[in-house]
Amino acid sequence: MPPLFTLEDVWLERDGVDVLRGATAEISDGATALLGPSGSGKSSLLRLLNRLAEPSRGRVLLRGEDVRSTDPIALRRRVALVPQLPAPLAETVAGDVAYGPRLLGREIDVGALLGQVSLDRSYADRPTARLSVGEQQRVMLARALALDPEVLLLDEPTSALDEAARDAVEATIVRLRDTLNVSLILVTHDAAQAGRLARNVLRMEDVAS
Amino acid sequence: MSPASNLSLAHVAAALVLVAIAAAVSWWQRTGQAEDIGIAVLRSFLQLTAVGFVIRAIFESDSRAFVFVLLAAMVAFATWTARRRAAGVPEGLVPIALGLTVGASATIGLVVAVGIFDVEARALVPVGGMVIGNAMTATAVALNRLGDEMRRGALEVEAALALGATARQASAPLVRRSLGSGLIPLVDQTKTTGVVFFPGTMVGMLLAGAEPFDAVRLQLILLYVLLGAVAMSSLIAVSLAQRRFFTPAQQLRELPPV
Repeated sequence: MPPLFTLEDVWLERDGVDVLRGATAEISDGATALLGPSGSGKSSLLRLLNRLAEPSRGRVLLRGEDVRSTDPIALRRRVALVPQLPAPLAETVAGDVAYGPRLLGREIDVGALLGQVSLDRSYADRPTARLSVGEQQRVMLARALALDPEVLLLDEPTSALDEAARDAVEATIVRLRDTLNVSLILVTHDAAQAGRLARNVLRMEDVAS
Repeated sequence: MSPASNLSLAHVAAALVLVAIAAAVSWWQRTGQAEDIGIAVLRSFLQLTAVGFVIRAIFESDSRAFVFVLLAAMVAFATWTARRRAAGVPEGLVPIALGLTVGASATIGLVVAVGIFDVEARALVPVGGMVIGNAMTATAVALNRLGDEMRRGALEVEAALALGATARQASAPLVRRSLGSGLIPLVDQTKTTGVVFFPGTMVGMLLAGAEPFDAVRLQLILLYVLLGAVAMSSLIAVSLAQRRFFTPAQQLRELPPV
């Protein structure tokens, strides 16, 4: 079977600057960390995987197929992104978690999804924006999981958190990694975190010159 | 004699006394409005006087082509003005031009088709000016807000796109807020009309000696026409402008700074 993602000589321009210059890599199933300092283009690379951005040159393949040959909306449901900073889209936690499935007219068990990210059901009716950032980030995880994706993209998911909240979110990610049939691709600047959360580590300096 | 006839330039100058006081207070308090007030007074005098000559010429010629050209010029000028206010919308010219053209043509077409007004300069020029002017303001406010919202709300929009929302779904809350900011002033004005304020047409007709219920009926027609035109123009402009923030692959475009 072709690898989960293949990057073939991928270039990306943002605000007139090349943030990726000929990135080439294979990302396999399981948990992978993209490790690099800030400004190395790793978050930009993540946005290419679910086609929130388009490379200026080169190809991104998902299971051997160019992501541009599939419907971007269907792609983003298969490859769900958790943003770096919480971005609530509904009044309550339940509304946020159900956001993706409701676009498809599906109802989901919000309580069960909250359980997967170690939040109890009583959170469902609380306003997402009033939770701590760590709790909000776990709501963002549950919201992405609600799509039942093949791949979860995590963009520096603990960068805005203090140590205790970071440990709690990391524990949740490890549990998801070990219990769910979902691949994780994590962007981080922290080598220790990459080691804790991922089985494969791709260094940005090896991916893109 | 009706109170509106027989007005001289001296009367107009007398009406400026309060503006002069306001400008003086502003200058004294250094609030920085005096210069703007002065420019507004001067421009309104020159523009209305010029329009007075144009309207008189058009009324005297009674040419439909003239009326059409004048309305088209109003739409063009309104488009240009609104475009400057909505600089945050990429390629905003076409949405504004289409919104204002459709809003103005539909409402003017309606009042002519149902026989409220005849196709004559005396009716269509002032009604057109009022409709186009209000549609311009509302459209400019709504699009200006949309540009701000899309910049400040980029994270929210991308988060929604990343969950499989279409561009339209992802930007729907921002579009709602933008349309609201354009329409709320006129909607509130329409709701409170006759209670909190007396609209201009009615004031003008009563001052000119009209029978109160004639004034009320004309005012209602104008209010409804205005509300329809403004809502239609802003809706069209905002719906078209919304798409310009996204690529066909449902990606948020990189936005240039305003």
